Amino acid sequence: MRANLSHLRRRLSATLGGGETWLSPALVVLPVVSALLAIAAVAGVAIGSTGVAWETVVRILAAKVLPTGWIEIGSVSEADQAIVWLIRAPRIIVAGLVGAALAVAGTQLQGIFRNPLAESSIIGVSQGAALGAVVAFIAGWTASSALWLPLAAFVGAFLALFAVYMIASRAGRAPVATLLLAGIALGAMITACSSLLISLSFVDWQVAGEIVFWIMGGLDSRTWTHVVICAPFVALGLLVAFWHSRDLDLMLLGEETATSLGADVERVRRAVLFAAALLTAAAVSVSGVVGFVGLVVPHAMRLVLGPSHRTLLAASALAGATFVIACDLLARTANPPSEIRLGVVTAAFGAPFFLYLLRQRRKEIGYF
Amino acid sequence: MSLFLRNAGIEIDGRSLIRDVSLSVESERVTAVVGPNGSGKSTVLRLLAGLWEPTKGLAELNGQSLARLPRQAIARQVTFVPQDTRVDFAFTVRDVVAMGRYPHVGRFDSLGDADVEAVNAALSRADVAHLEDRFANELSGGERQRVLIARSLATEAGAILLDEPTASLDIDHSLETLELLQELASEGKAVAVALHDLNAVMRWADQVALMNEGRLEAFGAVGDVVRDDLIEPVFGVKVEHVRVASGNETLIFHRLQGPRADA
Repeated sequence: MRANLSHLRRRLSATLGGGETWLSPALVVLPVVSALLAIAAVAGVAIGSTGVAWETVVRILAAKVLPTGWIEIGSVSEADQAIVWLIRAPRIIVAGLVGAALAVAGTQLQGIFRNPLAESSIIGVSQGAALGAVVAFIAGWTASSALWLPLAAFVGAFLALFAVYMIASRAGRAPVATLLLAGIALGAMITACSSLLISLSFVDWQVAGEIVFWIMGGLDSRTWTHVVICAPFVALGLLVAFWHSRDLDLMLLGEETATSLGADVERVRRAVLFAAALLTAAAVSVSGVVGFVGLVVPHAMRLVLGPSHRTLLAASALAGATFVIACDLLARTANPPSEIRLGVVTAAFGAPFFLYLLRQRRKEIGYF
Repeated sequence: MSLFLRNAGIEIDGRSLIRDVSLSVESERVTAVVGPNGSGKSTVLRLLAGLWEPTKGLAELNGQSLARLPRQAIARQVTFVPQDTRVDFAFTVRDVVAMGRYPHVGRFDSLGDADVEAVNAALSRADVAHLEDRFANELSGGERQRVLIARSLATEAGAILLDEPTASLDIDHSLETLELLQELASEGKAVAVALHDLNAVMRWADQVALMNEGRLEAFGAVGDVVRDDLIEPVFGVKVEHVRVASGNETLIFHRLQGPRADA
């Protein structure tokens, strides 16, 4: 059986009254994805090595979020409260933020590069963030404060972006093809640097092990500190992305057309690249390297909703969050008591799905 | 509405694309830009559309330098139909045409009634209303070309610039398109169009800019520019005039014997 996503889009549009509004399929898809996100989030908190009843989870979360006194949780054990609020809730929130950030970064990059294969790793930003983190590990900064790792990742991501942009641009303009090539080449160079540092660090097994683990991506022992570290940057990145949603639509039609329809192409490109780097760095700094989210989620959403960014960005953010929360749940529970690395799980689902899209949707996606 | 190039030239990477071109595109006229491949036709249109800035001289819209006008203000007044009609993503035809309204509506606003009306009018005028729910990336080249013309019409700009719009159209649609351009001009729009077909130029255009190797060879009324002594050396062909039954004159072109002049 071939589930046909783009036919779903056609059917949705037809059922909802034809092409008069762009939002019609979104009216169905956004609520569905939101509901899935809510289910995934509650499941993520409820399920684990120690099970907590669903209604207890909902009560504890409601009690913490709503003003004090609205909901009585005196009857819930301290242990359950700690598991839900101090251990699992921050982890789920970080997972959601990471998923939303990576998916939106991917959506934006695919838009400005007019290339469905664009992702944070294509322009070297992921690699830059990873190198920054590796340096922080090896220098021993990570031991002194939890803030060093994200800081180093940010610095790495932005240095990589800056370098790629400087190499690719001439007289203030950076053509897409040059930017992609510069990104791929620089990304390879940065990865080589990381590999070199890791291989040199193997004299200290503890540090090397930590780095390798981190590189594989994971959300173990994430706390509210991690939420606080990445949330503002994710929020800012999402804001910039949504602000440029219409410009991104225009960019899909080519730079000349975008310009002739009133977009300041160069400024849009800079803003969008900045947002993508911010989102990627925020994600990498709290989760390590988690692949395929930025590739697969926007693809799937684009097939159902079409390429219009106003709805696509929102749907990608929600679906990305859902996907990473679900993958993290699996990573925690598939092989107890040890955890599978998150990056392994997202790749295990993402890569085959992506191959499936390549095979089946070549024509419908339209860009192969 | 008038667009001017004043001694405009542009150099990219030390290579001069056009030099010292002065011409005007005005309301109520179809201005054809003709010339051999690589003579600078597209460049002239891009400068007029404000997509590129001249490195020498000026490009002006109603007496104001295009370089000083905000992008969005230009977009409301000048619209450009590119030669490359590729649409890679699965936008519906209506979506693509609706983008012509972007210069008129706020960043997060939906289209108002007037906008929807402009889009509907543009869809039917460019003869693509029946395609509105199709995905733009699934259309034929000719259909896409008409969709892009519709998008330009939807902007309701006073000047419309088209880069070889008939290149991928069948005979009927090419005639329809040229007729449409003439109609737009008679409604008061300034129309400029790069064309290869000199017979079409004679029939549909009011004035002609003849480009050759980046220079403006001649500019003026059709009869003053489409002349054997100008056309023959520029294109390297021999022109034969044939009077057809309708009484109109048709040009037939013959290759000159021997190697091309530029070979």
